[in-house]
Amino acid sequence: MPSLGADMERGRIVRWRVKQGDAVHRGQVIVEIETDKGLIDVECFHEGKVLELLANEGAELAVGAVIARLDVAGPLPEGTHDARPLPRIGGAPTDIAEAPATPRLGSPSLGERSRAMGGDKEGAFPGDRILASPLAKRRAAELGVDLATVPAGHEGRIAAEDVERAARAPATTQPSTPPPPRDAKEAMRRAVAAAMARSKREIPHYYLWQAVDVTDALGWLVRHNEARPVTERVLFAAVLARAVARAAAAAPDLNGTYDEQGVHASAAVHLGFATAQRGGGLIAPAILDAHTLDIDAMMRAIGDLVQRVRSGGLRGREMSAGTITLTSLGDHGVDGLLPVIQWPQLAIVGAGRVAERPWMHGGAVTPRSVLTLSLAADHRTSDGHGGARFLQAVERHLLHPEAP
Amino acid sequence: MSVTDEELRRALLEAIAAVAPESRGASIPGDVDVREHLDLDSMDFLRVLVGLKERLGVDVPEVDAQHLVTLDGAVAYLRGRLAP
Repeated sequence: MPSLGADMERGRIVRWRVKQGDAVHRGQVIVEIETDKGLIDVECFHEGKVLELLANEGAELAVGAVIARLDVAGPLPEGTHDARPLPRIGGAPTDIAEAPATPRLGSPSLGERSRAMGGDKEGAFPGDRILASPLAKRRAAELGVDLATVPAGHEGRIAAEDVERAARAPATTQPSTPPPPRDAKEAMRRAVAAAMARSKREIPHYYLWQAVDVTDALGWLVRHNEARPVTERVLFAAVLARAVARAAAAAPDLNGTYDEQGVHASAAVHLGFATAQRGGGLIAPAILDAHTLDIDAMMRAIGDLVQRVRSGGLRGREMSAGTITLTSLGDHGVDGLLPVIQWPQLAIVGAGRVAERPWMHGGAVTPRSVLTLSLAADHRTSDGHGGARFLQAVERHLLHPEAP
Repeated sequence: MSVTDEELRRALLEAIAAVAPESRGASIPGDVDVREHLDLDSMDFLRVLVGLKERLGVDVPEVDAQHLVTLDGAVAYLRGRLAP
């Protein structure tokens, strides 16, 4: 069971995309795993063949448990430029861990159940208790519907209309003893809490911030978007992400990870993009190789990522490979923020709103669009001096969004 | 054949619900800023505009986007754009 982010302790096998004997390739999605942060497509990091699948669909296992054995063709790939080893699915010829796999044999596959019932993925997450509104419970009693068979609606909570929908659905599609839905919102809150507490416990943060006049960058963006259809429009978030990624590529003491094995500077920038989930919670999957993207490619990458945060299809690598993170609260009206580093990364950049302010420009006070950029960084690997140079580099890139 | 305001509003609500599923069935006052009312960020709002293009074929230029932040404003704007 690969670790799909520092806050993951367990995962549930939802669906295998391969079977025994299949050839597998690097980057191929081989299994869908449900975590507290949603459904993740997990890729294989080897070329080879599936010898054995050791965990049933529906089984919930601790990180590190063996879920499959692979016969790996040739030597293991060496020297990836990533900051830390990617989660491996098995290894040749032995496994990655010896934790006992105890799949609940005979329990229905969550994937099948979810699809058969048209249930939402989070709401259908089986667990230990049922969350339903009082009205839903009353309707369930009136209609003779077992609440445990009802896929939960918004925020993992069963509403009366969910019960009524279940009562209309053909009973044959429902397994006889399905697991009850667990409160997805609460699980997400716990995952965020654990990750943030660990970060603040282990990482000595220092903070810097700086006001940046982005008037000219915004002017460029308006011209860039002027003749474009809505589907190709670039948001300021992409200008920010591009600037942070490029500055990070030249700041090895701020771009990488620091975990139990020590510090790993990363040559590539996999930029975590903090995204609020509707219904609560936070997720920061990485834009891979973000330092190589121009402004339009960055916008497409962000659009694609946000779409998949909302509707599923995030990759395992996106959840675990981040080397630095950007969090922007500008749309929510705050002037600036002092963010918490995403463990085990080394730094996080915060962006507040762009506000019209009286500003010195060309020797006079004029109205300008000003943004407060902030940096929280790990004082074990960098100092204020390096952090300040990094923020200045972000500003420089921010003011030249047109550079290829 | 002209599109009624009711159909425009329905297309708009569908485009919004595709981005903010919890808004489905909720009553949204016609004169409030939907971005604040439904906690939509700039990416969400852009996706609503993309959804409108898919549903109605109307491409909203960036300079016009401010007219679409309320339901009433959006219906009036779309009616104008779709007028023969």
